[in-house]
Amino acid sequence: MIEAGDPWQLLMFPEAASSISSRVDHLFWAMVVTCGLVVLLVFVLLLVFSIRYRRGSRADRTPSARLNSNHWLEIGWSVPVLVGFLVFFAWGAVLYLDLYDPPAPADGNVREINVIAKQWMWKFQHPEGVREINDLHLAVGQTVRLRMTSQDVIHSFFVPAFRIKQDVLPRTYTELQFTPTKVGRFHLFCAEYCGLQHSGMTGEVVVMSPPALQGWLDRQGQTRTPEQDGARLFRSYGCSGCHAPDSSVHAPNLAGLYGKPVPLANGTTVRADAQYIRDSILLPSKQVAAGYPAIMPSFQGQISEADVLKLTAYIQSLTEQETDPP
Amino acid sequence: MSALSRTDAAEPASYLNAGYGLKSWLLTLDHKRIAWLYFISITGFFFLGGAAATLIRLELLTPAGDLLSDNAYNQMFSLHGIVMVWFFLIPSIPTTMGNFLLPLMLGARDMAFPRLNLLSWYVFILGGLFTLTAVVAGGIDTGWTFYTPYSTMFSNGAVLAAATGVFIVGFSSILTGINFIVTTHKMRAPGLTWFRLPLFVWAQYATSVIMVLATPVLSVTLVLLGIERAFGIGIFDPALGGDPVLFEHLFWFYSHPAVYIMLLPAMGVVSECIACFAHKRIFGYKVMAFSILAIALFGFLVWGHHMFVSGQSIYAGVAFSLLSFLVSVPSALKIFNWIATLYKGQIRFDAPMLFALSFIGLFLIGGLTGIFVATLALDVQMHDTYFVVAHFHYVMVGGMVSAYMAGLHFWWPKITGRLYPEMWARVSAIIVFVGFNLTFFPQYILGWAGMPRRYHAYADEFQLLNVFSSAGAGLLAVGYLLPLLYLIWSLRYGARASANPWDARGLEWTVSSPPPVHNFARVPRVEHEAYAYDQPQ
Repeated sequence: MIEAGDPWQLLMFPEAASSISSRVDHLFWAMVVTCGLVVLLVFVLLLVFSIRYRRGSRADRTPSARLNSNHWLEIGWSVPVLVGFLVFFAWGAVLYLDLYDPPAPADGNVREINVIAKQWMWKFQHPEGVREINDLHLAVGQTVRLRMTSQDVIHSFFVPAFRIKQDVLPRTYTELQFTPTKVGRFHLFCAEYCGLQHSGMTGEVVVMSPPALQGWLDRQGQTRTPEQDGARLFRSYGCSGCHAPDSSVHAPNLAGLYGKPVPLANGTTVRADAQYIRDSILLPSKQVAAGYPAIMPSFQGQISEADVLKLTAYIQSLTEQETDPP
Repeated sequence: MSALSRTDAAEPASYLNAGYGLKSWLLTLDHKRIAWLYFISITGFFFLGGAAATLIRLELLTPAGDLLSDNAYNQMFSLHGIVMVWFFLIPSIPTTMGNFLLPLMLGARDMAFPRLNLLSWYVFILGGLFTLTAVVAGGIDTGWTFYTPYSTMFSNGAVLAAATGVFIVGFSSILTGINFIVTTHKMRAPGLTWFRLPLFVWAQYATSVIMVLATPVLSVTLVLLGIERAFGIGIFDPALGGDPVLFEHLFWFYSHPAVYIMLLPAMGVVSECIACFAHKRIFGYKVMAFSILAIALFGFLVWGHHMFVSGQSIYAGVAFSLLSFLVSVPSALKIFNWIATLYKGQIRFDAPMLFALSFIGLFLIGGLTGIFVATLALDVQMHDTYFVVAHFHYVMVGGMVSAYMAGLHFWWPKITGRLYPEMWARVSAIIVFVGFNLTFFPQYILGWAGMPRRYHAYADEFQLLNVFSSAGAGLLAVGYLLPLLYLIWSLRYGARASANPWDARGLEWTVSSPPPVHNFARVPRVEHEAYAYDQPQ
């Protein structure tokens, strides 16, 4: 937490406040202890040899056949080093895959938050439509998935207490899923150097109890959800002219599209995720759906990142049955 | 130097008094004089980069950004990185001691291509001038990593001039590398087989291979960066249809092997010092030689470990992590072998040995924390924090610069024909060791606690350790300034050095100190293995 405390406590044992952070800490301390022992061993050997075999000492220096080279000794210290390394490699890799390719939470309930980074601020939009800048309010125990993009250069979303970090790339979506486990206020840093006020691109993640978060959301006043905004934009940008189910234009129907495999004109298949939808709006000729003429115009330069995210949220919300925009 | 030589009639003929005047130095083809040209230039760059570091550490004494403006701070760490990496660390040992010693160690009269050797220094200076121009003409604020699209489309600094400087200096590396490779292949004295070469030569050779193979990738990348910045042709900026992560791949494909360009020569120097001051053949010579080659080879396959949180495929991340662990094994082997060399040795603790032992300790810590950042889940926390800063300073400054100091002191009597004041050198070695640890160890803790790097202002709880770090930096500065003083002093007042003041083995110690112009009056014939400390010289 950001409040003052014992400085050593804060630095040596930084707050662990997400479902993954204590698992990362276990690995960290296991490595600190192991490597510490290795350092100790080497330093003791250095010291003992330095004293015992200092020039002029009367230590036994009888040469032996293996004094200058000993394959068994070389193998003898390589194998434990290699085995130790492989253990740490595997431990770290398993945790990493859990972090970046996470299983769905048990209750299947993930709160999706849109994140737009720009020089030098963080902009968030909650699923209820509430927006905030630099601060992000979350509920303890509630799994969150961030869908992040940048308007300019590369930034990086870093919350040390959660042990998570993900670069935020311009014109590309990256995602990050995590579950806060402690109530409190935690630092949010931009970790990738992004220019003049890089060190000012910071904020706070405020983790509250679920009722407190609901109260906070309610106090922010009436807002439209990203889906509702997206539905409006779907008509105002003219998307519905071709993509509505009753349209006479031969264009893909978007209902139930999200998350499904899409066969492309070039013979490959792509999953209809947020990046695919984004590219289809801005770079429609990049991935043309099989069986449709490539007549979609590009909206590059006409539509903001925030609006693309809203349109994506709307398209994501369209199920097979629900074919009419609300 | 030349003034000194003229006043001293007793001085025997050597490369130092073979000619006087600026022209005899600036147009020299003698590898030993070219080494001096590099010594002087990189020392200048070292203290320039050090001055930037001093300002950085002063700014970080307090959490608020108060001493420097944010723009000035960003320029300082960029200048520090660019100058230290490309104009000090990469050329440091190869162009100075490598240039001076390679022909001597091989029993040759000069490099294979003396003119190319001189040209590479002029190219180096040209690159340096471009980069210094960038500093004067508006500065550069991209960091030494030049990440796109910031560097191509957003930065207001003199990116093109700085990138051009780095592009040019790359050719200097390539020319030096080619020269070293050919010299090692073609100029070895009779009897000097590959497995009789000093490990210093193996290290220079492997380094040269990396220079020749990796540097062109950096050159191409910088050209692409320049094209995008100057003409707006989209290569890396997604707004122009490019891919910023592609830049990261290309940049690290050079810049990771570049770490080994810095490190391998250091390992070579330390091997020479440990063997000499333990008065014993290096333990596991062949393992040491092959581990140098293994590090050079594996070093090309690990660049993706700089990108675990960049959005590259997580499975690529897993592969790069595994390869990064594997590249650490030969490094670990080398540390064990140096320790084993001490066993049953006749150990002396002259200044070069103190610096070499510092290298082992600091490189051990730098290497072990390297496996922390190679561990995927830990790197997520540590990437772009002070943990990484501490890690690579332990390897490059604690390791590489300590080895540079070890080598400089070890061969100083050979290079200058003079002895330096031993006591001051030992004091300097100890100050550097203490100052270094005080500066950089706290940064590990800062990084683990989450302090991001390249921050001009930082959260209050990080201040305590930053104060320690800045205090250590002051001590470190003293440790680095001292040798500048007493080494220059020794040029005039130091006692005369004999041909072999350390009772060392190796062809360079068979010629007088300083060596004659053509090194060897007769081509030597090599009868022994390297480090034949059981044989009389």
